[in-house]
Amino acid sequence: MFQVIDNDGKVINKRWMPQISDTRLLKIYKDMLFARVADLQIVSYQRQGRIFTYPPNYGQEAIAAAAGALIQDNDWMVPAFREMGTMLAKGVTLKELFLYFMGYEDGSKFENAKFTLPISVPIASQLLHAAGIGYAVKYNNEDKVIYAFVGDGGTSEGDFHEAVNFAGVWKVPVIFIIQNNQYGISTPTKMQTASDSLAIKAVAYGVKGIQVDGNDLFAMYKAIEESVKVCRNGEGPVLIEAVTYRKGAHTTSDDPTKYRTKEEEQEWDERDPMKRLKSYIIANKLWSEKEEEKIIPQFKEEVDRQFIEAENYGPYPKEDIFKYLYAEMPDDLHDQERQYDRFLQWKATKIK
Amino acid sequence: MVNAINDALDIKLAEDKSVIVYGEDVGVEGGVFRVTEGLQQKYGASRVFDSPLAESGIVGTAIGMAVAGLRPVVEMQFCGFIYPAFNQIISHASRMRNRSRGKFETPMVIRMPYGGGINALEHHSESMETIFGHIPGLKVVVPSTPHDAKGMLIAAIESNDTILFMEPKRIYRAIKQEVEEGKFIIPLGKANVLTQGTDVTVVAYGAMIREVQKAMVMAKEAGISVELIDLRSIYPIDRETISKSVKKTGRIITVTEGPRTYGVGSEISQIAIEEAFLNLEAPPARVSGFDVIVPLPKGEHHFMQDPYKIFYEIERIVKY
Repeated sequence: MFQVIDNDGKVINKRWMPQISDTRLLKIYKDMLFARVADLQIVSYQRQGRIFTYPPNYGQEAIAAAAGALIQDNDWMVPAFREMGTMLAKGVTLKELFLYFMGYEDGSKFENAKFTLPISVPIASQLLHAAGIGYAVKYNNEDKVIYAFVGDGGTSEGDFHEAVNFAGVWKVPVIFIIQNNQYGISTPTKMQTASDSLAIKAVAYGVKGIQVDGNDLFAMYKAIEESVKVCRNGEGPVLIEAVTYRKGAHTTSDDPTKYRTKEEEQEWDERDPMKRLKSYIIANKLWSEKEEEKIIPQFKEEVDRQFIEAENYGPYPKEDIFKYLYAEMPDDLHDQERQYDRFLQWKATKIK
Repeated sequence: MVNAINDALDIKLAEDKSVIVYGEDVGVEGGVFRVTEGLQQKYGASRVFDSPLAESGIVGTAIGMAVAGLRPVVEMQFCGFIYPAFNQIISHASRMRNRSRGKFETPMVIRMPYGGGINALEHHSESMETIFGHIPGLKVVVPSTPHDAKGMLIAAIESNDTILFMEPKRIYRAIKQEVEEGKFIIPLGKANVLTQGTDVTVVAYGAMIREVQKAMVMAKEAGISVELIDLRSIYPIDRETISKSVKKTGRIITVTEGPRTYGVGSEISQIAIEEAFLNLEAPPARVSGFDVIVPLPKGEHHFMQDPYKIFYEIERIVKY
């Protein structure tokens, strides 16, 4: 497994330490911190009944942050659903994510995020879209890379294998990032595959693959940076297995105490990506606990501001359930809408 | 019909560089039915090519190409092999536009031969248009002549919606027809009244049109006037044409190849009831497959609709 820093944030692999300026590194750390603050706050909103099901990211921030730091405006982002850091980096707003999880499709418009697909709920199915986008990018001679995400459970789906295979045959610039957070809901990775690793699956498809410590920001950054070079040289795709741990539940409807132990959780606390990067930046005098204490309330306030904006988004217009389905709406669907209008009129006048 | 489809692809490949054609064996060989023959030689292997043998992969990657601005036209080798791609169709191709509130569209065509009567192996004779017609966000069309196949395929490729283009393989080479040269379009979603009549409306599509036309010869001899409608589009369904016709004739029969229950015939019967209840002189009738697996070739005639089965029903309904 590729690592650059240890659990205490000490550099153990100087040769592969990426070149990141202090300002940039600090920005990455703050982005990770913002994502974690947001995540914990969203879970509490959910407990208050103010938002529906939500899949938390915490514990996995380094992966999405590294991808977020490297992804360009014109690159494609093909998310699964646990990549908040990369989504925010692309220009998706927290408010949009809130809207989505509150039950508005409008949250998937991503008004300021170019080339970012909506969240894909059916596991691993989105990876094929990434391979197809890769084909289009190559066909049009565009200088773009496609970042595509999936979890460890998703690697058991046929679409995962088809996607890596198609991308390999077509030699398209896709970086497949597997967030191996050890569990597909409650099923441990060892029950998903008999392979020694998920990265090793790259070998069978004739593509480059690497297993990376997903809780090591520097290792993730370097692995993705190198993958981008590979892709831009026309030698893609690349398969990255990012080994990490989902500290929270699968979603707010899940209870991890049923399938994992306190000891295991504590063991992974030692490898927490925030803790490790923080140790590094404090040791290098880029950051202090004091600054962190100061910034957290500001982040909380920002999260709250966007959440309240989303809460006040307003009613869901009836026409919206009809009008986006087709570029050219069938007459019959128009009729169904008009029938519903008549019912609504009847209801408004007759039901008190 | 094979030549007409090839011609439509040729025209669109020539005029629009975003059109890409691929699927299993469609490149070098030109497809198992030779529908895409010669296109790779003409347009090159980056535009017309063989894909890995994986239907979900073919449709899933086409979705990606489409959101990125291409207009993929992919082939499913047989209707019976489309099911691995079903998830991509129902979960993404038909939803991407709605999910992204119109930000991303999937202008793509999935071409697929369907239907029985060709003495084929298991999984090569199904007519499962109903299950696709039930998917919100998808359009499903079926041509019945070479002329329609050309005009409808060009319309499908130019549409910004996802279109399932079902090709009645039984008549791929069975119908000879002069097809207009050059580009023309047949708008999708509109049925075609092939023959005007007064006693009974028969609605069919694809390879069933020819069977109905043979039954109409018998009907004519029996003094029955049949109005024949080629539905052309499974979804959207042309309520107006069906309703106008059944109001006139007072009787309606559907002729479809797939299993009966919840079939296209059932939907059309319901439309007739809703639109022309007081004009009906007989209950809507369905000539269709049974709710069974399509038998292998030696038993297939029990399952398939033929002119006798259709005429039998026409006579029964007119005398009702």
